[in-house]
Amino acid sequence: MALKVLTANRLKDGEVVYYNHAEGWTPTFAGASIARDTETVETLQKTGAAAAARNEVVDVNLIDVMHDGDDIKPLRLREIIRASGPTTHPQFAR
Amino acid sequence: MYRYDEFDAAFVAARTKEFSGQVERRLSGELTEDQFKPLRLMNGVYLQLHAYMLRVAIPYGTLNSRQMRKLAHIARTYDRGYGHFTTRQNIQFNWPKLSDIPAILEELAEVEMHAIQTSGNCIRNVTSDQFAGAAADEVADPRPYAEILRQWSTVHPEFSYLPRKFKIAVTGAEDDRAAIQFHDIGLQLKANEAGEIGFVVYVGGGQGRTPVIAKLIADFVPEEHLLSYVTAILRVYNLHGRRDNKYKARIKILVNEMGTDVFRSEVEAEWSHLKDGELTLPDADIGAIQAYFAPPALPDRAEGVVTEIAARKRLPGFDEWRRQNVAAHRHPDYAVVTVSLKGIGDIPGDATADQMDAIADLAERYSSDELRVTHEQNLVLPHVARADLPAVFEALEEIGLATANAGLATDIIACPGLDYCALANARSIPVAQDISNRLADRQQQIGELKIKISGCINACGHHHVGHIGILGVEKKGTELYQVTLGGSADQNAAIGDIIGRGFSFEEIGGAIETIVDTYLAERLGQEETFLSYLHRAGSAPFKEALYGPSSKAA
Ligand code: HEM
Ligand code: SF4
Repeated sequence: MALKVLTANRLKDGEVVYYNHAEGWTPTFAGASIARDTETVETLQKTGAAAAARNEVVDVNLIDVMHDGDDIKPLRLREIIRASGPTTHPQFAR
Repeated sequence: MYRYDEFDAAFVAARTKEFSGQVERRLSGELTEDQFKPLRLMNGVYLQLHAYMLRVAIPYGTLNSRQMRKLAHIARTYDRGYGHFTTRQNIQFNWPKLSDIPAILEELAEVEMHAIQTSGNCIRNVTSDQFAGAAADEVADPRPYAEILRQWSTVHPEFSYLPRKFKIAVTGAEDDRAAIQFHDIGLQLKANEAGEIGFVVYVGGGQGRTPVIAKLIADFVPEEHLLSYVTAILRVYNLHGRRDNKYKARIKILVNEMGTDVFRSEVEAEWSHLKDGELTLPDADIGAIQAYFAPPALPDRAEGVVTEIAARKRLPGFDEWRRQNVAAHRHPDYAVVTVSLKGIGDIPGDATADQMDAIADLAERYSSDELRVTHEQNLVLPHVARADLPAVFEALEEIGLATANAGLATDIIACPGLDYCALANARSIPVAQDISNRLADRQQQIGELKIKISGCINACGHHHVGHIGILGVEKKGTELYQVTLGGSADQNAAIGDIIGRGFSFEEIGGAIETIVDTYLAERLGQEETFLSYLHRAGSAPFKEALYGPSSKAA
């Protein structure tokens, strides 16, 4: 199964956030909880929908991630750039 | 410059208040995202990859120093210290908080600016020639007409829910600097034999996934009939334009499907009911708007000739800059200065808050307080005395904006692409930066060359009309860049042709260099521009250089 991470943008300021089971929404990709089975994926999906309904976040998505050596990184370049900031502005790296 | 009257000021204030209330209700959860999204889009607020984005209109690209300073202030206070000037003569802020947007809009309203109709299926910010009111080759200043269109189209109830967005451009010169043939309606001012002013009307141009050159539907619409004629076009579109398929909804598709002649006769039929009715513009009304755009008083400054000659010896780089970035003004003692936002290796169209402030100072001091934004993502000081050119050059050098590259290979248009845009397939800006670094040393030798880059088929970076166009697509999860040759956005409008298979992110800069090298090696001389060479030799030499001899037939 493809590994998944739950991501969104915070309603109030638009900041990119990832979901962590223990801490809730966190601003770093490294802090995201990774779903490795369908059950966890479903839980994340529900959590995301509920957070959107509570107006905490917008544009909620489950994204594909993969192993990269010991690390995890998003599969698509779009999500890599979302996680790390515009490649044109190293000063905004996150 | 246009100044808001009481009505404009009250309207913008009311709209700001209304939207502030909507933002508040969204933040409190009273409005859902589905309810709020269309409202925020009507007010220029997008959600991009990293954050919200606010698009602020700069009507027909004209602003004064006070407005520019306000943009700098907003960049500094509510954003990350910079803004991005776009091909639609707008400015985009990339990092505003939703909760700050009401405050930003209030600040904008203080200087007669707003973000209304910068998004949505309505009539968008009307664009114009950045040299309007200053150019030596102009029949009349197009901006009063653009302003009349702005007033008429703002929250026009009949045209607020069109099948799709609608873009109008107006120019007053034969030399088209506003890409009017790539707009839904393109208007070119013209004087008839009797000396009366009217419009040549083009309809149905556009880029996006279906690039189309606009069709000429009227040779001369007298100025008093501007609104009735444009209304007739919009009525035909509003009635017959497709609403079932977003990709077929622009007027260009309707005009193509109906055929130009049928479309024209539909417009004429509609116009016959409207003409000479309440939409007729009285001379006095046109005159009242024109008065706002009265050219600034420009005293003779004949000493310019001497100052310039002296400066050429004294200031390294001045002569090159003067030849490249300075255009003829109506008044021979004055000049129109293009301030390049395309420093070598820099991000096309970005300006820092400090640069905006410094340019505002220059406008106030040397350009009758006027500034322009160009669709090529540069700024313009429209009324600079030739005698002041050396001082302006030195001041621009200090803020890193004296790059002598207007119209050259490093004056690249690039959309935000995958570094910012939620719809993107590939990055645009780093490709532009790479090409800029590669071609900087040779750009004088290369001569006029327009390179334009989009990060997806929406074509916000105008790649279809680049002499060299670059389109980013996604293939198997990686960025791939398709190259087109032979596009042109001016009066000789043309859409570029794809040269062959695409290039990876790593390869694309080298491929563009290969194209440029081929041209340099084969051209008859410096006088043969890239486009003329392409027209003479065709694309075969480029294909061979890029893909090897076997590809000739491809
Ligand atoms: C960053 C957020 C942006 C989004 C979401 C966006 C979205 C789009 C879309 C969906 C289209 C295709 C419309 C159609 O064919 O019906 C389009 C076209 C266009 N956009 Fe953007 N765009 C963005 C930024 C920009 C920027 C920064 C510029 C200026 C540099 C720009 C200028 C244009 C132009 C000139 C077109 C072509 C209009 C035509 O089809 O005739 N856009 N945009
Ligand atoms: S062309 Fe595509 S990638 Fe570029 S700004 Fe427009 S929508 Fe975004």
